[in-house]
Amino acid sequence: MGEYVPLGIYTVVTVLLALLLMGVAIILRKRGPTRPDKYTNYECGELPEGTARIRFHAGYYLVALVFILFDVEALFLFPWAISLRALGWFAFIEMTLFVLILFLGWIYAYKKGALEWM
Amino acid sequence: MAQPIFQTLWKTGVVFLGALTAAAYLVLAERKFAGYFQERYGPNRVGPFGLLQPLADAVKLLLKEEVIFPQASRGLYLAAPVIIGVAALLPLAVIPFSEHFYIADLPVAVLYLLAVGSLSTYGVLLGGWSSNSKYALLGGLRSAAQMVSYEIAMALALVGVALMAQSLSLVKIVQAQQSLWFLIPQILGFVVFLIAAFAETNRLPFDLPEAESELVAGYHTEYSAFKFAMFFVGEYIHLFIVGCLVTVLYLGGWYGPWKPGPHWFFLKTFLVLFFMIWVRWTYPRFRFDQLMRFSWKVLIPVALLNLLLTSLWMAL
Repeated sequence: MGEYVPLGIYTVVTVLLALLLMGVAIILRKRGPTRPDKYTNYECGELPEGTARIRFHAGYYLVALVFILFDVEALFLFPWAISLRALGWFAFIEMTLFVLILFLGWIYAYKKGALEWM
Repeated sequence: MAQPIFQTLWKTGVVFLGALTAAAYLVLAERKFAGYFQERYGPNRVGPFGLLQPLADAVKLLLKEEVIFPQASRGLYLAAPVIIGVAALLPLAVIPFSEHFYIADLPVAVLYLLAVGSLSTYGVLLGGWSSNSKYALLGGLRSAAQMVSYEIAMALALVGVALMAQSLSLVKIVQAQQSLWFLIPQILGFVVFLIAAFAETNRLPFDLPEAESELVAGYHTEYSAFKFAMFFVGEYIHLFIVGCLVTVLYLGGWYGPWKPGPHWFFLKTFLVLFFMIWVRWTYPRFRFDQLMRFSWKVLIPVALLNLLLTSLWMAL
């Protein structure tokens, strides 16, 4: 556990530093009369048209789904990677099969067009 | 071996000061180099060679008027820059700058890096969404999709390094490179990691999230004053960290031709960063569909191939 105490201290100090910087900026910032048209969204100088809660491309969801699959795969690879020397050929063949199965999944996603951006 | 608390505290202070200075001067270096690449001078008014420019910029950004849009989701809008700042600084905790100078030598440092590295996606996405502006939303979405796609390639490249070193601790990874840098046996992984790093730091040729010519400034369009500075500094700290990581993972960290020490570490980091700046001012931007296709159809298969070859080599 020894290494996690410094990490914890570091994390706390990091959060405090970020908040402190924002706080200093709030204290020092310029105040005074301002123009109301500063408070509209930027749309190249025109008045904003419609809502900004627009519909966006479903492809983003698809990317997120495929990402979760492959990210979990990568996580499984790490414990295997650092003990390969100890486990030898058995581990190698096991993991090759695992990666091959996932590669099949990749080919499936490829053929289905999930990796294609329209 | 754990360190006493006061030691952690002064190291934390040194790392913060170093990282903020590095980020400030990276901005200046980028502007200076950009100037010379384009046959102009770059900033040269504040101090000799413009060396005080970062200070002037910081003061200016601190004193700027605060603009919070009434239509923005206030809480998230204010939280996003803080998340970016924190997420940018966190990975520094595990980077070994020399054999003895690091804050924590986690046994799972590589996993920690991946975990903290993806935190900044939240900042970007929240910032883009909560500003309630179309450009910001599009920039945030693009950024999330891009960072997520390249994270897999990056993680798979890192598995190769873990295989070679048989450890996830960054100190052990550097020590494993004493005789041979991983750059040579892991050349495929190195290329994948470097390309993914460009995408993770939102830099040209992959700077789609803030493509000025189409999205104004992407996810931080509606941010001003110090909140903007947090995004900006976060980005450059991120860049600095990528330079450190390439050095630690592939270029042998603090080892050099003679007498190992932090000077080798910083020399290599600087060279990597110079390379990244050089690329930025040399190549045009990709289209978004090209960017996504490149990650999924080229980088990930190449990273898997690298993994297969490395594990075969290690099992032999």
